[in-house]
Amino acid sequence: MSRAAPTTTAYGTAGRGARPRRTALLRWSPLAPATVLLLLFLAGPIGYCVYIAFTDMQLTGQESASFVGLDNFRHAFGDPAFLNAVVLTLVFTLISSILGQNTLGLALAALMRRASRPVRTVTGAVVLTAWVLPEIVAGFLLYTFFERRGTLNAILDWLHLPSQNWLFTLPILAVSFANVWRGTAFSMLIYSAALSEIPQEVAESAEVDGASGRQRLWHVTLPMIRRSIGTNLMLNTLQTLSVFGLIWAMTRGGPGSRSQTLPVFMYDQAFLKSLIGYGTAVALLLLVVGALFSVVYLRLLREEV
Amino acid sequence: MRTSRARPLLTRRTRRRLAADAALLAVAAAFAVPLAWLVLSSLDTEATLRVRVPGSPSLDNFSAVLTDEITFTPMLNSLVLCGSATALTVACAALAAYPLSRYRSRFSRPYLLTVLFSTCLPITAVMVPVYALFVQVNLIDTVYGTALFLAASQLPFAIWLMKNFMDGIPRVLEEAAWTDGASWFQTLWRVILPLTGPGVTVVTIYTFAIMWGNFFVPFLLLLSPEQLPASVSIFTFFGNYGAIAFGQLAAFSILYSTPVVLLYVLISRRLGGGFALGGAVKG
Repeated sequence: MSRAAPTTTAYGTAGRGARPRRTALLRWSPLAPATVLLLLFLAGPIGYCVYIAFTDMQLTGQESASFVGLDNFRHAFGDPAFLNAVVLTLVFTLISSILGQNTLGLALAALMRRASRPVRTVTGAVVLTAWVLPEIVAGFLLYTFFERRGTLNAILDWLHLPSQNWLFTLPILAVSFANVWRGTAFSMLIYSAALSEIPQEVAESAEVDGASGRQRLWHVTLPMIRRSIGTNLMLNTLQTLSVFGLIWAMTRGGPGSRSQTLPVFMYDQAFLKSLIGYGTAVALLLLVVGALFSVVYLRLLREEV
Repeated sequence: MRTSRARPLLTRRTRRRLAADAALLAVAAAFAVPLAWLVLSSLDTEATLRVRVPGSPSLDNFSAVLTDEITFTPMLNSLVLCGSATALTVACAALAAYPLSRYRSRFSRPYLLTVLFSTCLPITAVMVPVYALFVQVNLIDTVYGTALFLAASQLPFAIWLMKNFMDGIPRVLEEAAWTDGASWFQTLWRVILPLTGPGVTVVTIYTFAIMWGNFFVPFLLLLSPEQLPASVSIFTFFGNYGAIAFGQLAAFSILYSTPVVLLYVLISRRLGGGFALGGAVKG
């Protein structure tokens, strides 16, 4: 039975008096399988994560892990590789989520309202396909696009522009663009829904009053969809923070560690360097950042309800 | 209404539409380049890293990868792994969503908020402890263990979606069932679930598609090559032969992606675009 049952029963007896305890218990019993699964496989690992983050657990060659307190965290903040990963994660999130997916998604949604139907359908289909493809396939496709002998350089040659070894010189930019390619559709969907909820009269009256396109965007449209902007930024950022497969398929965090964002760094420390305790400490930091974002997101939703 | 307006405005509208069309087509072209590589290379036995039209298009790449070892076993593994995990997620979510949608109590709101909160947690970050935990309890390298974890990781979102769908069903119908003396299970099974049909379909397809594409979870939790699902085996395939056989890699990628693309088309037909999902995420 779920831990919640006693509360309900108490409520049931206090509130309605006559209602038998058993009914309330039965009523909430469908919650049990989901609760058990979530406790065992989600809450369990998170709790375990908190525990091993404070130990020196390793993958092999160790009898038992011992408690080391804050050592892992102290080590992390003095570790140039960790700080490098933090900076790269910030760059990756800023370029791909906040500037890329968010802005491009809004632009696409806004343009689609003006464009003719066939163009809208084609663009929508292409952008959505990029979103729907499995992460690993997207990683391979963007790898071939950015590779030295790949399509991007072919296009640049054709335009007589200097070509680059993108995955070597600017790997973080390449993976950021890959994430924009893959994730823009989500923002586009959210903003399409938000823009379609703006009453036609509002836009029209602004136009009649002689507001320019930019003024209308800034003073009418953006304020009216600010909740969606908040939601979208939050969800995009959360999704971007946990991108692993895309980067792993394209660069494996390399060359060196120049595209090693936090999830890749965590994997590298925990499994390739066998430092499970340290890797988990990094994971815990990531989890805390994610949890903070979630709380802000819940606040945003609560405002809306 | 529009015809009563002055003519110049109309032409300005047309001009604006053309500008929007041009901008959208430019973006679409940029997004389409990698997809073009995928399709063209799969038909080209001498595919390279660049987009090019195959000299003599053939399906040789497909017949080369359509073997037990490369395609059928991994796809079957994926189907078993994601199919069982999806079934578990949908069953648990449907059961849990029912009381959450129907009864009020002191704890239903905190419960829902916790569910929503865990929807947003970066699952990637939990994977290291999950691995360590699975080693401890001997679930590592087992398909059912991996399926259980996948199911749990998708469960919060599934509950949330399912609850939103159930909220849309009028209560009158089940009240009638109750008066007739139906138990909660009978009400759920005979009245609610048939009415939630579209919702259950969407949750099922969405959950399955997400799991089908998931790379990190099976990559960490499954070790033996014969158990790997397509999302991971494609990676080994690429690492081992990819540098030579790009055409085959493209062909396999298409085979592996087709099911999810079809499933998404199916839900979008049902709901008029992914907009409903966007709305569900918004709350």
